[in-house]
Amino acid sequence: MIITKQKPFEKIMEMTEPFGKLFVVGCGKCATVCQTGGENEVHGMVEKLSDKISGFTVVEEPCDLRLTRRDLKEHKETIAESDAVLVMNCGVGVQTIAEYTGKIALPALDTMFIGMTERIGRYYERCKACQDCILDETGGVCPIARCPKALLNGPCGGQVEGKCEVGEYKDDCAWVLIWKKLTEQDRLEEFTKFRPPRNHYTKILTTKLIS
Amino acid sequence: MRNKRPAYSDLMKEIREGKFVLTGELEPEKTTGLEEILVSARAMKPYVIAANVTDNPLAMAFMNSLVPSYVVQRDVGLETVYQMVIRDRNRLALLSDVLAAAHLGIKNILAISGDHTVLGDHKGALPVYDLDSAQFVYMLSKLIDEGVDLEGNEIHGKVPINVGIAANPNANPLEPEILKVERKTKIGADFIQTQTMFDIDLTKEFLKETERLNCPTLIGVFPLKSFGIADFFDKYIPGVSVPKDLLESMRKCKEEPDKEKRKMLYDEVNMEFFAPFIREIRKTTKAAGVHVMAVLYERILEPLVAETM
Ligand code: SF4
Ligand code: SF4
Repeated sequence: MIITKQKPFEKIMEMTEPFGKLFVVGCGKCATVCQTGGENEVHGMVEKLSDKISGFTVVEEPCDLRLTRRDLKEHKETIAESDAVLVMNCGVGVQTIAEYTGKIALPALDTMFIGMTERIGRYYERCKACQDCILDETGGVCPIARCPKALLNGPCGGQVEGKCEVGEYKDDCAWVLIWKKLTEQDRLEEFTKFRPPRNHYTKILTTKLIS
Repeated sequence: MRNKRPAYSDLMKEIREGKFVLTGELEPEKTTGLEEILVSARAMKPYVIAANVTDNPLAMAFMNSLVPSYVVQRDVGLETVYQMVIRDRNRLALLSDVLAAAHLGIKNILAISGDHTVLGDHKGALPVYDLDSAQFVYMLSKLIDEGVDLEGNEIHGKVPINVGIAANPNANPLEPEILKVERKTKIGADFIQTQTMFDIDLTKEFLKETERLNCPTLIGVFPLKSFGIADFFDKYIPGVSVPKDLLESMRKCKEEPDKEKRKMLYDEVNMEFFAPFIREIRKTTKAAGVHVMAVLYERILEPLVAETM
């Protein structure tokens, strides 16, 4: 899931200040689960900015252009008359809506990462979308997302009692976790093997996937 | 196991000859001057075979380490170990610096990860980590042994450099650390310099492992110039603790009001701890030597060498 966090309200005030009428768009998927841009949060925002609001809705999945088109159709005129859309989505949603409506789109949320939800309010980054998944070799622990140096041949000298030098030794060292998992699985050869430098060429060029 | 590359550096030659070697450490700082480094280099020259020149240690932005590595060799005639962290440079910049180092006659590179930028003095910097330190060793092996870069492009001229890596015998758990060292020795590390050690048992345990890997190992020692440094080390360098007795003796020295006497007391305490420590390593283990990180405390080298070598 894409994990989002609401911007501080003062920041939202500042951002929306130059605009008269605002149309607010929420997200029925990730931002609903994160409680950052679902029905409740959209209502909350509408209440707080009541004198500026022209209308609002929650799109089922704003990162899907088809659903955005479908769900925003009935609001077309209100949106056209608004000065800007305030989008309570991840960055993908904001751009889809900007593209579809042609309006100035204001992000009410900050997009944090691709993460796992433990429970509401506790999210952990788990994947950096590196386009070359090696979780099969690393005991199901991603070193790209979970080692702050993204080492492919860890651990570095910064682990102390299995904790990482980044973040004051509170978080687990991803490479110690990988070592533990591979030991459990009796696959230490996967740990010891050398992983050559990554080829970033394809990743840089692959910003779309078209079949 | 890969074939051993030739010993290009005096450090590597002495190690291969089976001598017990000493290396020192020089730390360029936030300055444009090299006077202090040169003073330190001259002071340590009679006692060490080579001196490491640190590369933005603790992620502090200091003077580039290649220039002092070169100037110390040129002006002092002391061989250097050019430390290179992979935190601040991508593979292009690493390659450029290695070729420049080869041109300048640098004979040793220590390939290390470096502390993360968030620990340093530019916490908001974007860390690079294009290669990791193992991949950097791999790149160095290609340059040195095959004369090509990572993409197989031919390098004109030779890169006669020996490659060192760092290791932490204090690491807990130790096994992943050992496996990592093993990985690097297979792809081209010539020698190891360890993190600071105070514990002889951990030191010996680690040395047994590196002996199995057949990789010459220099044990890191850090003579403590003052109580302040000892205390800082104990409190703020995670995973390393200064033995209680040593710390206590250092505290007592601090109380001596006379500056010269205090210095003598500090030196005595250091000698009492480190001379037997180094002797023990030398007599009872297969360590290749010790890496003495006596930064700005070069005066301890003379008695230390006299007592241990
Ligand atoms: S290796 Fe990590 S970053 Fe890459 S795809 Fe797999 S989980 Fe994502
Ligand atoms: S301590 Fe572990 S997780 Fe942290 S940077 Fe080093 S290898 Fe990565």
